[in-house]
Amino acid sequence: MDVKTVLYGRRGAEGAETNINRLMQMPDGSTPAQHARLKYFLCVLCAAAAILFLSGIPQAASAAKLDGIDLPEQYEGRYKALIDQLRCLVCQNETLADSEADLAADLRREIREKMVQGQSDKQIRDFLVARYGDFVLYKPPVKATTLMLWYGPFALLALGVLIAVITIRRRGRRTPETINDEQHRQVQALLRRQDEGKNS
Amino acid sequence: MTRYLLPLGIFGALVALLFVGLSLNPREVPSPLINKPAPTFSLPELQDPGKKLSRQDLLGKVYLLNVWASWCVSCRDEQPVLTEFSRSKQVDIYGLNYKDQRDDAKRWLKVFGDPYVASAVDADGRVGIDWGVYGVPETFVVDRSGVIRYKHIGPATMNDLTTKIMPIVRKLQAEP
Repeated sequence: MDVKTVLYGRRGAEGAETNINRLMQMPDGSTPAQHARLKYFLCVLCAAAAILFLSGIPQAASAAKLDGIDLPEQYEGRYKALIDQLRCLVCQNETLADSEADLAADLRREIREKMVQGQSDKQIRDFLVARYGDFVLYKPPVKATTLMLWYGPFALLALGVLIAVITIRRRGRRTPETINDEQHRQVQALLRRQDEGKNS
Repeated sequence: MTRYLLPLGIFGALVALLFVGLSLNPREVPSPLINKPAPTFSLPELQDPGKKLSRQDLLGKVYLLNVWASWCVSCRDEQPVLTEFSRSKQVDIYGLNYKDQRDDAKRWLKVFGDPYVASAVDADGRVGIDWGVYGVPETFVVDRSGVIRYKHIGPATMNDLTTKIMPIVRKLQAEP
């Protein structure tokens, strides 16, 4: 017995070849070969678009980050890392690095000047926190008011695990239901009947 | 019974938490400067650039510092309210003209009203950063010893002035 017979039954085996072709036909009526060419073309198109996109973005972003001002090269890495951790207060879901807002540009200027003056990242962060609060940090410090924020999810997870463990334990302790002799006979009669049906 | 009441209770608590959370305005970031000495500044006045306005000049009285700009759209709603409010002379209002052009700012005051005793010109926005300004308009209440006691973010309505800002001002004015 070959695969087609298994799949389609004895009578359907001859028609299987045409069935497969019918199944493979595209909604627009093109053949698999035509479809493969189209797919290949689309892949190339996507790849080209991705390359264009990826090569364009970093340049645009770094131009915005530096605001057209030459920052001495030794600060550049630190500067870019720092503005990536700080929040723009105008467009609140953007970092200072990403934001086009006027205030973000001013704050970047402020940060650049302080870096060149020799201030540390911590000093600069403290300067901003003193004026705008912890909200300006994408990673807020751990303190009494932020405990829930930091550990709340883990506490909830632990609570969930605890409830799951208790529930499973309780279920395990329950005694399985038993059947009496009469029910047992009935079950065996049913199973026997099923076996006979299969063999005939 | 607790089997059903407990999940219901947890659900109720979650709804309450989200209800409160969603009704908060995420734009209103609490200022860490409340109850801290107002940042020092010394800036030229808008109407008379030869004169300087500084924090020291304002010590000894309770005042409002309103951050405004001619390019600020919501300031247009606030300005007539402030101007009308200033006629009652309950408290001195000073302006911080934030990142603006002098001519534009002066013209703007003629059109929308001038409630200020004087406006300080913060052309490059540095004093604004010191005060933690992030959205114009903002209004600060500063007490006699130069400490910031309240900050209102966004355009103040007459209701804000009479029910939120003035009670604080009156309390501070009553302090020795």
